[in-house]
Amino acid sequence: MKSLGYLAIGVLFGITMYKSEAASWFRIYEMFRFASFHMYGIIGTAVALGIIIIATIKKFNIKAFDGSPIVFESKDKTFPRYALGGFIFGLGWALAGACPGPMFTLVGAGFLPLLVVIASAIFGTFIYGILRDKLPH
Amino acid sequence: MDWIMEPWPWYLAGAGIALVMLLLLLSGRTFGVSSNLRTFCTLCGADHQSEFFKFDWHRERWNLWVVVGTLLGGFLASHYLSNEEAVHINPNTAQELHKMGIESAGSAYLPNEFFTIEQLTNPKALALLIIGGFLVGFGARYAGGCTSGHAISGLSNLQWPSLIAVFGFFAGGLTMVYLIFPLIFPS
Repeated sequence: MKSLGYLAIGVLFGITMYKSEAASWFRIYEMFRFASFHMYGIIGTAVALGIIIIATIKKFNIKAFDGSPIVFESKDKTFPRYALGGFIFGLGWALAGACPGPMFTLVGAGFLPLLVVIASAIFGTFIYGILRDKLPH
Repeated sequence: MDWIMEPWPWYLAGAGIALVMLLLLLSGRTFGVSSNLRTFCTLCGADHQSEFFKFDWHRERWNLWVVVGTLLGGFLASHYLSNEEAVHINPNTAQELHKMGIESAGSAYLPNEFFTIEQLTNPKALALLIIGGFLVGFGARYAGGCTSGHAISGLSNLQWPSLIAVFGFFAGGLTMVYLIFPLIFPS
């Protein structure tokens, strides 16, 4: 039953990505050319509401559905991994025109070449795992 | 209900993403898609190659269900909730892309020039898919998250590291579009 819940959340996410065109290579290109407000509006709205949601959960100590407390883990306060990793991710985001979520949405929409992108992203993750100890974090 | 068949406005999409994050938080989880790529590595046996992939993937099974849903959502949205595929980007941007040889700009959802089965035999198109995917996968894990983990979950929780990562995403994206695209798509 729980699995079905997660599946439903994923469906909501997938539909949102497709219908908002955030899964379109063209929208990502347009965003990086600062030629439209669309993508900035999407991310801006999500973050603005997200800040309110998380602040509300913390302030009123809202519990999860199963009654357990909701814990927020702080990210390690370093610099290189976020700057370098982020930069590399950004290069790929603009080139492939898709971040990980939309990659799967696009496969569902019938764009099968995205399977190549996903396989390659898995391979990239694997290479990171191999090189991790040699990279500055 | 006509609106649902049209491309969704940004505020609806932003609210949808925030709702996804809220539902995952209330389920005791966090919103982050790229973590699944690590799980896939472990499922493929990468735990024999690196400590990084040694973890109990069963505890991450919930996230795989989210991914299956994300895929299913793409199927439902494109088959039953859309009248047309074309993404109407800024006409000037579309024209710019036409000059770069991407003729499908303004009339398709993805560029036909590299996202069709036929183009998989085109070395340039295939290279774009492979290199693009590799950079996304490598970069996301190196940075500890992708758009969902850093730009949405991290920024919503006011995490400075996530802000650095998001600046990195943009620095990388702008470098690709302004410095590298002119080399690979000369106009």
